[in-house]
Amino acid sequence: MVETGHFALVLAFALSLVQMLVPLVGARTGNQRLMAVGGPVTVTGFALTALSFAALASAYAGSDFSVANVWENSHSLQPMIYKITGTWGNHEGSMLLWVLILTFFGALVAVFGNNLPATLKANVLAVQGMIGAAFFLFILTTSNPFIRLNPAPVEGRDLNPVLQDLGLAIHPPLLYLGYVGFSVCFSFSVAALIEGRIDASWARWVRPWTLVAWMFLTGGIAMGSYWAYYELGWGGFWFWDPVENASFMPWLAGTALLHSAIVMEKRSALKIWTLLLAILTFSLSLLGTFLVRSGVLTSVHAFATDPARGVFILCILTLFIGGSLALFALRASSLTAGGLFHPISREGALVLNNLFLTTATATVLVGTLYPLALEALTGGKISVGAPFFDLTFGPLMLPLLAIVPFGPLLAWKRGDVIAASHRLMAAFALAIAAMLVTGLFIDGASVFAALGVGLAVWLITGALTDLAVKSGAGSAAPAIMLRRFAGLPRSVFGTALAHLGLGLTLLGIVGTLCFGSEKILTMRPGETVELSGHTLRFEGLFPQKGPNFTEDRARFLLIGADGNASGEISSAKRFFQARQTATTESGIRTLGLSQLYLSLGDEGNDGSVVVRLWWKPLVTLIWGGGLVMMAGAAMSLADRRLRVGAPARRRKPATALASPT
Amino acid sequence: MTRKQKRLSVIVAGLAFLAAAAGLTFYALGQKASYFYMPAELATASVQPGQRIRLGGLVENGTVVRGSGATVAFSVTDTQKSVKVTYTGILPDLFREGQGVITEGAFGPDGVFVADSVLAKHDERYMPKEVADGLKAKGVWVESKSQ
Repeated sequence: MVETGHFALVLAFALSLVQMLVPLVGARTGNQRLMAVGGPVTVTGFALTALSFAALASAYAGSDFSVANVWENSHSLQPMIYKITGTWGNHEGSMLLWVLILTFFGALVAVFGNNLPATLKANVLAVQGMIGAAFFLFILTTSNPFIRLNPAPVEGRDLNPVLQDLGLAIHPPLLYLGYVGFSVCFSFSVAALIEGRIDASWARWVRPWTLVAWMFLTGGIAMGSYWAYYELGWGGFWFWDPVENASFMPWLAGTALLHSAIVMEKRSALKIWTLLLAILTFSLSLLGTFLVRSGVLTSVHAFATDPARGVFILCILTLFIGGSLALFALRASSLTAGGLFHPISREGALVLNNLFLTTATATVLVGTLYPLALEALTGGKISVGAPFFDLTFGPLMLPLLAIVPFGPLLAWKRGDVIAASHRLMAAFALAIAAMLVTGLFIDGASVFAALGVGLAVWLITGALTDLAVKSGAGSAAPAIMLRRFAGLPRSVFGTALAHLGLGLTLLGIVGTLCFGSEKILTMRPGETVELSGHTLRFEGLFPQKGPNFTEDRARFLLIGADGNASGEISSAKRFFQARQTATTESGIRTLGLSQLYLSLGDEGNDGSVVVRLWWKPLVTLIWGGGLVMMAGAAMSLADRRLRVGAPARRRKPATALASPT
Repeated sequence: MTRKQKRLSVIVAGLAFLAAAAGLTFYALGQKASYFYMPAELATASVQPGQRIRLGGLVENGTVVRGSGATVAFSVTDTQKSVKVTYTGILPDLFREGQGVITEGAFGPDGVFVADSVLAKHDERYMPKEVADGLKAKGVWVESKSQ
């Protein structure tokens, strides 16, 4: 089975070479037969990659330690779920997942792209084939997961304990669906550049793909943030770690792309800019892959450091980013520019959004790469962390967030800010009220906290105002309003939901950062501690045994106002024998939207233990907002307008993607 | 304004915005980035008390003292020099004597390094990259052949 997987992978590589050459030649020479080769080859390539991935997964599930990759990252006593998720909990396996998703998306274009012009489809598949060929070669030469060991070891070395978690099962696939989803936008852009023209079907295809990729990337980042929050035991939700930035940059650029693609689709303006953004967004995804997989950075994610891999990925990076940008420089001038608009209009607002988002992306890029560049050039070692991003990213985001509610209320071509402001009066009043209430009635609220709460409320009420205005609030009778509300295009709901989610996330961030509290203390069994109105009693340490670890579990009882226990929180120190590694399992109790978070430190000889306790108000909104943003993207994808031209076909890619198996 | 002037003013405004962002970025890089040092390098570097830096090395054997509450004192060494560090909080699971760590914080007026974060590598197979590089340069690094 393992050899079958290896063989399938080599075949998939060979097919990707066919996929990148034959349709391209066909499109150049106008040969229909050569162009038609692209579809079946792409689908077969996906089937072979899936077979290869299934072979590796079954080796993991069956604990076949004769495979070096399984031996290094699995253990026979691991629960089955972690045996399977271990397939992508390592460098080789996660790269295989990367190409699996790449070929999956390629196959979707091949199957559902029958309404595309033949040459465009052929070129898109060829570019997908190029990306695939590069990564198949990378896997086969530097990161082959199918290498055997002889003699086979009896027992595996276990998966890195911090990765033995359900969050890991979901985080990388979601993130890759996002990263790689942008490859389709990239392929469409490069195909348009090869042809030297952008037609209407180009615009119709790029927007749903951007939405799909953005939706998954949002989920992947939110999931990764929550995983780091509860698994690392530091209580933080975002560390501005280079690896986090690597996924955040494509997200920011993708958000810009999402907005400029609307302008292109609706007004056929900003075509060239959208094309460039699509190239840049996928370039940042590739850069993310490079940063995380090359071992340039050391973190939980850099599974191993092997210079050959870094050099190889750097070559892929240079080839694709350099090649596509060179093609852009050569061909962009031959593309026709789109419609004109007044600076104060929906288009103008979206341009402003793009200006802020791309600049913010650039600051994150500088902050992430500068330490690497400095070390390479001078040998000096610096770290760029939260203080840098607070000073650069923060000031860029605040004005952007403040103008978000205006955008959807401005008309296309020529808008009226005064009229939009009138409509936003109620939202503005509520935001000011929230700011005043926060500043005056909550103890210890800083000016910054009050502003943050105000801004979050402004975003939320602004999004609701948009829906209310578009269903005719104030001018129509309630019954008519309700009917209009139900009849609003789904993309309007999508926009409102995404902006609402942004407001919720901001509220969560402000709540946690400005109103949270923490305590570090040593506790003995029976002692109580009080934090922000919650009382906890330490019951003691209880040793327990898990499938592949032992743990000391510290139990705490939450004491209610009446003196009785109203709940329990437990946190544990785990010890994994196979790797001789200890981890801390944090204890979390959700109370409403807020959480009590508890992490264990060293144990003393007398049964005492160091405890770090946090009260995190509204913290769940940070990730809840991300879910609402995802729902907004899904809503937009379901819009009837995106199905124009091919009503039956347009729908399938979206629904097929919504439930990845 | 003619259309040309309008377009020009939009472009100028955009460029001014980018210039402001770039200026802020470079200011922030100068002010907010923290440098990494090994203990022996501190002799030649002029690090002021209160300036945020990252200090890396090995936790010196026999120096870890758990004080009252959650405060811990230990020394970080690169085998040539060592620096006293205090830290209040929860140490990482992999923190132990002889292990590579990176601490972040600033020197107090008494010359003791007050750390507000301590990082140890999650994976036991290697040390924090900066520490490993520093120790390799000093010739005290031994490649482990456990794999």
